[in-house]
Amino acid sequence: MTETKPNQPVVASTLVKRGLAEMLKGGVIMDVVTAEQARIAEDAGAVAVMALERVPADIRAQGGVSRMSDPDMIDGIIAEVKIPVMAKARIGHFVEAQILEALKVDFIDESEVLSPADYINHIDKWNFDVPFVCGATNLGEALRRITEGAAMIRSKGEAGTGDVSEATKHIRTILGEIRALSAKTDDELFVAAKELQAPFELVREVAKAGRLPVPLFVAGGVATPADAAMMMQLGADGVFVGSGIFKSGNPVDRAKAIVKAATFYDKPEILAEVSRGLGEAMVGINVADLPAPHRLAERGW
Amino acid sequence: MVKPIGVLALQGDYREHIATFGAIGVEAVKVRSVEEIDACAGLVIPGGESSVIHRLSATYNLFQPIRERIADGLPTFGTCAGLIMLASEILDKTDDQEPFGGLDVSVRRNAFGNQLDSFETDLEFSGIESLVHAAFIRAPIVERVGKDVEVTAKLSDGRIVGVRQGNVMGISFHPEVTGETRIHALFAEIVAAAR
Repeated sequence: MTETKPNQPVVASTLVKRGLAEMLKGGVIMDVVTAEQARIAEDAGAVAVMALERVPADIRAQGGVSRMSDPDMIDGIIAEVKIPVMAKARIGHFVEAQILEALKVDFIDESEVLSPADYINHIDKWNFDVPFVCGATNLGEALRRITEGAAMIRSKGEAGTGDVSEATKHIRTILGEIRALSAKTDDELFVAAKELQAPFELVREVAKAGRLPVPLFVAGGVATPADAAMMMQLGADGVFVGSGIFKSGNPVDRAKAIVKAATFYDKPEILAEVSRGLGEAMVGINVADLPAPHRLAERGW
Repeated sequence: MVKPIGVLALQGDYREHIATFGAIGVEAVKVRSVEEIDACAGLVIPGGESSVIHRLSATYNLFQPIRERIADGLPTFGTCAGLIMLASEILDKTDDQEPFGGLDVSVRRNAFGNQLDSFETDLEFSGIESLVHAAFIRAPIVERVGKDVEVTAKLSDGRIVGVRQGNVMGISFHPEVTGETRIHALFAEIVAAAR
């Protein structure tokens, strides 16, 4: 043992924020609207729960402005489970984020699933001690969110549809753009940074590492174990499931099956086993049938 | 052929563990079955959510085999959630959560509070010359140690965050996310000595 005096502990550092995101990898984060659903999610093996007022499928069906959840409901969920609790704030609504931080949630999702509060600016996430996850449809969007302080990125997909095609498109786009970036020479990265509308230093870091500096999850349309496993095979670090579980015929078994699929994503014999006897999947809406103004993925920029 | 170190890859930051061993020239592979574990000379239980690691290991009939192999002397190293799973007793656990065991200690899950209480700091580590930079993410604390357990790291207030008993090591923090390789090197030495 040395005589050197240890430094004072540091809280809310980038390492500590991204660190929690790292620990969630390989896991499934489930949308819940009640403490009872949170219990089901934890018992099924969810790595975290997302507390929200209405799942995206209901937001879609019921319309109206969608906002941060009631603090009593969030408190109830925090009291119910041991796993991390996330909650959603509207894009740009930094006061909803302040309230969620005061409620001591473990992660805030600045989410396009809620109605945006600011059509120009996102939240300055460096102002917060709690880590943030943000949605992205392409690499430029992901890098801008990281620049604003996001500790995790989730591809957006199209929430509340049960149609995985947009999720596929977004994860393929982000990872494909990273691969293309890695192939560029140093002098080409200056133009790439301009095109991505992201800081050069971050663009260079991603090009060199061949990956984002934060975990990349997938969200928006995952409804079956096969969907979850496909996202993992495409290169996702983990999966968010929103309406797909509690809008299905058998939430308990479906939740468990999706958790197993995220772990054994490359073992078709296990995926076949967990896909059996799950009852009805959520009914679903084809993204192509959605009028453009109803597409949530187009919120945020 | 020298057997590699297996990193339990059910959930959590198993890739970072494999990369940390890679950085010091030690071969590590991900393991998700008894056959894969039996092809390894040591086992790492990574950071993640301990209740998820428990549930998945129980579902795929890994729980009892892992418990037996640790009891039989398989060198094993757990970080954070991994430490929780190596304890003989978990405090503040989910209802049906059971540990693999291996360390005669009581560990409190998520002992510091929620994510806002997560932190990084420097600490002294038994067998390592200079300070170790440590990240504590919703971390556990060792609240009781049995008589055969060596304490390898403490916070400045005396709370225990590192323990070793025979070939089993557990720590509350995450050297695999801070670029710290020396604790993994200590474990690799334990594995090499046990081969």
